[in-house]
Amino acid sequence: MLRVLIIPAVLAALCCSSAEAHRIWLRPSQTVLSGAEPWVTVDAAVSNDLFYFNHFPLGLDNLVITAPDGSKVEAQNQAVGKYRSVFDLPLEQTGTYRIAVVNQGLFASWTEDGERRRFRGSVDSFSEAVPADAKNLQVTESYGRVETFVTNGQPNGTALKPTGKGVELVPLTHPNDLYAGEKATFQLLVNGQPAEGLEIELIRGETRYRDAHDAQTLSTDNNGEFTVTWPEAGMYWFETSVQDKDTQIEQAQQRRMSYAVTLEVLPQ
Amino acid sequence: MSKYGWFGFLVCGAVWFGDILHPASIAVATSSVHAAEPAAHLEATVEIPRLNVSEYHRPYVALWIADQDRQVAANITVWYQLAGSREGEGTKWLPDLRQWWRRSGRGLEMPVDGVSAATRPPGEHTVKLAADDKRLAELAPGQYDLMIEASREVGGRELLTIPFTWPPRKTQTHDVQGTTELGKVSLTLTP
Repeated sequence: MLRVLIIPAVLAALCCSSAEAHRIWLRPSQTVLSGAEPWVTVDAAVSNDLFYFNHFPLGLDNLVITAPDGSKVEAQNQAVGKYRSVFDLPLEQTGTYRIAVVNQGLFASWTEDGERRRFRGSVDSFSEAVPADAKNLQVTESYGRVETFVTNGQPNGTALKPTGKGVELVPLTHPNDLYAGEKATFQLLVNGQPAEGLEIELIRGETRYRDAHDAQTLSTDNNGEFTVTWPEAGMYWFETSVQDKDTQIEQAQQRRMSYAVTLEVLPQ
Repeated sequence: MSKYGWFGFLVCGAVWFGDILHPASIAVATSSVHAAEPAAHLEATVEIPRLNVSEYHRPYVALWIADQDRQVAANITVWYQLAGSREGEGTKWLPDLRQWWRRSGRGLEMPVDGVSAATRPPGEHTVKLAADDKRLAELAPGQYDLMIEASREVGGRELLTIPFTWPPRKTQTHDVQGTTELGKVSLTLTP
């Protein structure tokens, strides 16, 4: 029952976050691990402040975890609470895991009998939920990826291979090899192609303990790449989004694709 | 004491672990005519301070030789908890040796013969690399840093560096004084 209530909230955040400041994030307990049987535990939430759960939990229905050998693995101990979701992941392989929540859907609004109606859901359920003759129909498709990376032992790149859908990160610097004072370079793809001119908002966590979020705004060059020099150690988050008209269903006017990632930067 | 015991790392030094060498350091090695002429050897003394704390655990300590690109030219030793209720339990905290983990540890299959050893109690501990140890025999002439990193459960972490030139022309001793997790560390190079 709880989940039924939560999904609209999360979709709302995914769909309309260009106007609102809600940030969607996964935050692993640590990103660099070792040992006989290391586990990470991950918080998942939607909030304005990083990384504090004080708004909505992030639904875990579309959690996709890719193991270092490229196979898909399941999270354990999933729970959705009032303000956050949480799950555990045993790192049975050595190498890098990609932990992602990939939400796909659409938002429609139209007028019916003089009243404004709305629908949020999947592309498949659109035709059932929205009358074929809906007036003033506005439809936006969305594809959002929220992810993070953790590594047991030596980092590797198998799980980082792009799927070719939505906005994705190609970490030219490995995402679990980030250190204060050093540069890291990333490439952003949109549907598998390097994307020029994407605007990136980069914020370090612990926003509660300073006056401003101090977001850095960066943008991708003509090869879809951008470079950041980490000013200090911490858990960082960045987001970017892009819109196009390449929609799956013909009634949709636009498609909005978003990407958010949490990266840990270690001290030297 | 484990099977890698107190002196195990001294006598097992000849085991090659070339796979941990970074390509950059290999390039350095191959560019020289030949590494150090015969007999130069190296001795490091590490003081683990006695701390007046309510909960004390012996620190994890790593010693390695870094080249000018901060890549590992040779691993000297790593002291960590070898025993435990389950296999490999003590390796969980190895990433707390942050620099060593990044530069070398994460790419190793622990334990490493001649490198892994049990944690040490407070006091002075000496580690020697003999002249015929492959790690020294294949160390190309040049500038290096001896890196000493310590991390203690419920405690802190400290990283010390002793720059040196290899091979030594005469017997030299370099010192560095730690302030928290390490006491005095000295490096003696003997031609």
